[in-house]
Amino acid sequence: MKRWLFAAPLLAFALLVALLWRGLALDAHAVSSPLIGRPAPAFALARLDDAQRTLSRDDLLGRVWLLNVWASWCTSCRDEHGTLLAFARTHAVPLIGLNYKDARDSGLAWLDRHGNPYAASLFDADGRVGRDYGVYGVPETFVIDRRGVVRYKHVGPLDAQALRTRIEPLLRELDV
Amino acid sequence: MSKYLAILLCALSLRAFASLPADPDADLDARVQQLAGELRCLVCQNQSLADSQAPLALDLRSELRERLRHGDSDAQVLAYLSERYGDFVLYRPPLKSSTWALWFGPGLLMLAGVMTLGIVLRRVPREEAPDNG
Repeated sequence: MKRWLFAAPLLAFALLVALLWRGLALDAHAVSSPLIGRPAPAFALARLDDAQRTLSRDDLLGRVWLLNVWASWCTSCRDEHGTLLAFARTHAVPLIGLNYKDARDSGLAWLDRHGNPYAASLFDADGRVGRDYGVYGVPETFVIDRRGVVRYKHVGPLDAQALRTRIEPLLRELDV
Repeated sequence: MSKYLAILLCALSLRAFASLPADPDADLDARVQQLAGELRCLVCQNQSLADSQAPLALDLRSELRERLRHGDSDAQVLAYLSERYGDFVLYRPPLKSSTWALWFGPGLLMLAGVMTLGIVLRRVPREEAPDNG
């Protein structure tokens, strides 16, 4: 008993170190979204390329799809753009863009310059739909299933690793 | 002389302006400010929504303002934000099973510390009174 008590502070210290060590590995900026497991917020927005045509959440029911929030002013959107272009070439899942707080002509010019991976982009000039989706750091990417439920959210630029380890396994699970 | 009179009149009219009854917008501003002070800005996480000048914080403050103007209660506005951005935005997180450790952990740790101290103190043999020889 005496010997065990002697080791107790050491044990407590080791526990504390383990806890802090784990804390170092966590990303303080990654806030888990309350939307996961819940129906994707409804929207009906004009398309970026055609103000006369609208696209709504319910148009996409019955399909698994990705929502990618982007803007021409967003510098880190450039970082993930190659990944998105490659994804659009190799996957049958529709990639829908949400052009967040942008000007229509700058958004279109940006797509012309860098290539357009999106099946369609929604034009969210005042950012209302972005706020409904809890967007706080562009770019963000959501995976939405056939029933319109949000299954995954990625904050920040999407890279090949995130695609391989997070999104592709989920898409397989969703049977795409 | 007329210059001084003009200045005097200006000063008096400023006083009159200041003593106007508080306009409802000022009340609204105060409510927005007070609520925003209880919310964390997600862009710069060490600032409240009231202090932050990030574009998202500006947007959310105007959203708060609109909602309050349309008669939403404080609780409804906080619910609107936590539904979208999670409990993380609330500086005072709600009491639920996932936050029990947060709410009661410090108290329990304190209790454990005091108990340990009590046990240790009881075990240490009382020292004799210092010998002043």
